[in-house]
Amino acid sequence: MAQAQLPLETPLSLPGHPKAWKWYDYFTFNVDHKVIGIQYLVTAFIFYLIGGLMAVAMRTELATADSDFLNPNLYNAFMTNHGTIMIFFWVVPAAIGGFGNYLVPLMIGARDMAFPRLNALAFWLNPPAGALLLASFLFGGAQAGWTAYPPLSTITATTAQSMWILAIVLVGTSSILGAVNFIVTIWKMKVPSMRWNQLPLFCWAMLATSLLALVSTPVLAVGLILLLFDINFGTSFYRPDAGGNVIIYQHLFWFYSHPAVYLMILPIFGIMSEVIPVHARKPIFGYQAIAYSSLAICCVGLFVWVHHMFTSGTPPWMRMFFTISTLIVAVPTGVKIFSWVATLWGGKIRLNSAMLFAIGLLSMFVLGGLSGVTLGTAPVDIHVHDTYYVVAHFHYVLFGGSVFGLYAGIYHWFPKITGRLLDERLGILHFVLTFIGTNLTFLPMHELGLKGMPRRVAMYDPQFEPINFICTIGAFVLAFSIIPFLINVLWSWNKGKIAGDNPWGGLSLEWTTSSPPPIENWEVLPVVTKGPYDYGIEQRKGSTNENEEE
Amino acid sequence: MQGTIDSQTTAITADHGHEHPDFRVLGLLVFLISESLMFGGLFAAYLLLRGMHAQWPPEGTEVELLVPTINTLLLLSSSFVIHYGDVAIKRDDVRSMRKWYWITAAMGAVFLGGQVYEYLTLGYGLRTNVFANCFYVMTGFHGLHVFVGILLILGVIWRSRRPGHYSAQKHTGVTMAEIYWHFVDVIWIILFTLLYILTRF
Ligand SMILES: [Cu+2]
Repeated sequence: MAQAQLPLETPLSLPGHPKAWKWYDYFTFNVDHKVIGIQYLVTAFIFYLIGGLMAVAMRTELATADSDFLNPNLYNAFMTNHGTIMIFFWVVPAAIGGFGNYLVPLMIGARDMAFPRLNALAFWLNPPAGALLLASFLFGGAQAGWTAYPPLSTITATTAQSMWILAIVLVGTSSILGAVNFIVTIWKMKVPSMRWNQLPLFCWAMLATSLLALVSTPVLAVGLILLLFDINFGTSFYRPDAGGNVIIYQHLFWFYSHPAVYLMILPIFGIMSEVIPVHARKPIFGYQAIAYSSLAICCVGLFVWVHHMFTSGTPPWMRMFFTISTLIVAVPTGVKIFSWVATLWGGKIRLNSAMLFAIGLLSMFVLGGLSGVTLGTAPVDIHVHDTYYVVAHFHYVLFGGSVFGLYAGIYHWFPKITGRLLDERLGILHFVLTFIGTNLTFLPMHELGLKGMPRRVAMYDPQFEPINFICTIGAFVLAFSIIPFLINVLWSWNKGKIAGDNPWGGLSLEWTTSSPPPIENWEVLPVVTKGPYDYGIEQRKGSTNENEEE
Repeated sequence: MQGTIDSQTTAITADHGHEHPDFRVLGLLVFLISESLMFGGLFAAYLLLRGMHAQWPPEGTEVELLVPTINTLLLLSSSFVIHYGDVAIKRDDVRSMRKWYWITAAMGAVFLGGQVYEYLTLGYGLRTNVFANCFYVMTGFHGLHVFVGILLILGVIWRSRRPGHYSAQKHTGVTMAEIYWHFVDVIWIILFTLLYILTRF
């Protein structure tokens, strides 16, 4: 245990308090935000492995044009649950539940979240939801894709589809409870010496994320509950033959599921804004621009959902409106990208694993963003709708973006969480394999899509076979890239080099406590005297002006 | 949220020795934003379906007004009744707070009874047509919220049996039950307008 270098005035732990949690505390209804954060991260990572195996199975099937590895129903079940797991059980819980819970109180100088028991409850909704989803395979697994569009979802594998719906409603509830907690915590529980413009950018991002989750998740819940009624109780909300309408489902679904993209990327943007300045040893460029652009994405992002429905008989004025609003989102996103590049510019860059993943994210997210702009434009979208071009786009955003960001965050905060450093050589190997694997898998998919290969199929036109084979090799590289990472984490957690309180020389508050932090985070709460990104700036006497570098 | 600051209440964080101000009322208000959006999604779906039909409600579906109007008046007045309870606790008068909360809970129960009576006597069931689908799902979902509201009120009454549990300075639970009840009431007004009044025109 790394308990070195506690400040001198630190009194020892209060009597009657355990000094650290035991391993079995991580399997209980524990209300400590750090325990909950780790519970989220580990649970989510297990689901990442499960969802990853499904992807490998699908890519194996797609190596050849015929259906020769998975039977088509199993392929559909994997396709549906791969998407569902990666979104609802990996990226969202890892980024928001994991990093959010672990870091937000530490970054704002709070001893815990505002509602610790609610927080634990929100986590414990996840394991039963995951179990329900996996159990649905006993009934054939949901077949209708992660979007579960009726009428397909109301007529195929209805038992499994109902279990799928219940699982999503459970994690949705968890997400809403978490959002309430984050909003109140960030709003009200900053240490008194911290002003709003000293709030770390990760917390700004979490605030925007939580607002978005708060207003969009309940709408998804409504859409899915109506679907559940259609499947099981004979209603006809989405049955055109009985006066219902399938488009209503699409509106309710995408009102959540477009913002869901931001639920998966805004916290990652927050991680980027923390990792880049520390390892570039420079103040962040455009603190306010980054902070407010998160809120701008949150607001504009609520009014773009119809770009997923350009081919659903959408009237021309709607296509026009939603094309424009979609393109507007590129502006605040671009603001962030340019700010990070400007932060890197001229910095004393420490090119370790965390920074490599952050720069890798930057390069690939730009690609994903550009294909996003083309897809947001109705004429192009209508041409490539439901092709592999779409698959390529969102994997660049969600794998090249979100997953790279999660890795960057893990390499960056692992020393804080465990008190030990991850091994750099294994880390760099992990990065190289992941970077090659990602581009090998997803770059060729752009071409497949533009040539017209439809997504969500187990069999395809043999002319696409060579490109598909490259994608499959890439998928295997990605699968193997996990191995050095797993070895690294498991080995370093027990035997890694002792990290000390602040191995990166970070200025945000989580680095002022020991690694791992004690229960309740600090014996004496820290006092904020300078901004979280004032690297290389001498503190002026008696002032805390941290925006003057702009 | 002003109320929390004024009343200077503090909650002991579970398993932690440290105290911070009580943010539960604020938390409830934030949560109710989410709840509103859930009903908002239902209302939007209803209005879209309504807009797609030339005749709404469909031929042969008669919307009954008498019982729901009585129910509406009942629920509306219960919002005033529960407010008397809140006023009472601010005067440190636990006895009359309990009295007003009992009355509110009873009115809520009668409302639910009226709802069930309506379900049993209506000429259409859940599956009859799309309007009936919406009608039962929306009123049912709202009824579920009324039920939760009654449970919250009964919880407050149960806790207040211990002298000193609530006082003029410390009554977050009482306030939260009241806020939730008002919310349920506001949602009903919108539902009543959409499902009953607007179907007459
Ligand atoms: Cu979208």
